[in-house]
Amino acid sequence: MSSIGTGYDLSVTTFSPDGRVFQIEYAAKAVDNSGTVIGIKCKDGIVMGVEKLIASKMMLPGSNRRIHSVHRHSGMAVAGLAADGRQIVARAKSEATNYESVYGEPIPVNELAGRVASYVHLCTLYWWLRPFGCGVILGGYDRDGPQLYMIEPSGISYRYFGAAIGKGKQAAKTEIEKLKLSEMTCREGVIEVAKIIYKVHDEAKDKAFELEMSWVCDESKRLHQKVPDELLEEAKAAARTALEEMDAD
Amino acid sequence: MDLKAPHSMGTTIIGVTYNGGVVLGADSRTSTGMYIANRASDKITQLTDNVYICRSGSAANSQIVSDHVRYFLHQHTIQLGQPATVKVAANLVRLISYNNKNMLETGLIVGGWDKYEGGKIYAIPLGGTIIKQPFAIGGSGSGYLYGFFDQAWKEKMTKDEAEQLVVKAVSLAMARDGASGGVVRTVIINSDGVIGNFYPGDGLPLWHEELESHNSLLDILNASGPEPMNI
Repeated sequence: MSSIGTGYDLSVTTFSPDGRVFQIEYAAKAVDNSGTVIGIKCKDGIVMGVEKLIASKMMLPGSNRRIHSVHRHSGMAVAGLAADGRQIVARAKSEATNYESVYGEPIPVNELAGRVASYVHLCTLYWWLRPFGCGVILGGYDRDGPQLYMIEPSGISYRYFGAAIGKGKQAAKTEIEKLKLSEMTCREGVIEVAKIIYKVHDEAKDKAFELEMSWVCDESKRLHQKVPDELLEEAKAAARTALEEMDAD
Repeated sequence: MDLKAPHSMGTTIIGVTYNGGVVLGADSRTSTGMYIANRASDKITQLTDNVYICRSGSAANSQIVSDHVRYFLHQHTIQLGQPATVKVAANLVRLISYNNKNMLETGLIVGGWDKYEGGKIYAIPLGGTIIKQPFAIGGSGSGYLYGFFDQAWKEKMTKDEAEQLVVKAVSLAMARDGASGGVVRTVIINSDGVIGNFYPGDGLPLWHEELESHNSLLDILNASGPEPMNI
């Protein structure tokens, strides 16, 4: 549904005659141009994965992390402008620690999502601020179980079983819908996420990419952490095999 | 008689967990120096539907702290969309107690039930420490109860056992502590809700050397008791 908003798209404080704020829609386009980011909610936790497109062969593997821990029990995967994403993560970390010092318990994931969404939305209200050019997938495990949220540049936040943003989001969503998430453990989920990211990666348009994954589940003692190295290697191997089998057809 | 002395609740307050909830208990004496300003006060105050607080020390200070926490908890409940937990209530109380320790003089016991942890008791004494305990005692009368609880307390009591223990304990403290007295009030909180009970002073058991109450002095004159000064 894209159209040029000539004349009504110069400021985030301007509505178009058909009720759209074009600056926010353009911000969403920045997210669509980024590498794919997926999150899924399995029966015992959350798994998140990022297709980190590598701009230069000189970059050290493992640098420019796209998944950040917000608190012990929650983490955020960022798509879009990386610097904007850092700002959102910093704010989320601050909200989480502040909540805990006032209320004495870790911030419930739905509360954290609400606060991040409010902050993102805030930056769409003033002409002297620009909207964040990034979307965020927030996964956490609190006393109500594992929860997955996605926050868009408009400030909208919804709770999901599975979510995808970035270049390959359409293809990724189709793949996620095929999965039986309620019966899957996070261990199995890690393999599936790797397979999906390898599958939606466009070899023609983008050359190299690094797979970054994190989880928060019963196995990680409800702590948000990088997926352990051996499991990550196992997932990458399974993903490459699946890709070859597809190509072989 | 110094009527300008600050209202103090000498007090005996108790909070006890049992298998399924908590029982809070307190005496009812509020004194201004040696004068009993209120002999039937309610020292167990509501913070939310499922969390109550026992107040001791300065009456004014403890009321203000309770009022502030009730206000913040109410907003927190609305934001959260579900009842606040006992831990959160207790933490808000101790933040106020700790950060204003120079101005406040109040010892508090927060007790309640929530769906995540069940029945819980948190003690917040004078300095503003917070400590989760299976049972807690506070106030001037509690000094006489430490040994009693060491012996009488046991885990996983039933609701009735817990309430009887609380009533007995408050009653014992009231017998020895001049700043505690009046009636015994209890509040039981569990998954079914909240029940408040009232035990009039003259219905409480008599302890060693306590005299029976009489409706009329003539009863004492007519009774043939021991001669005065007889050992």
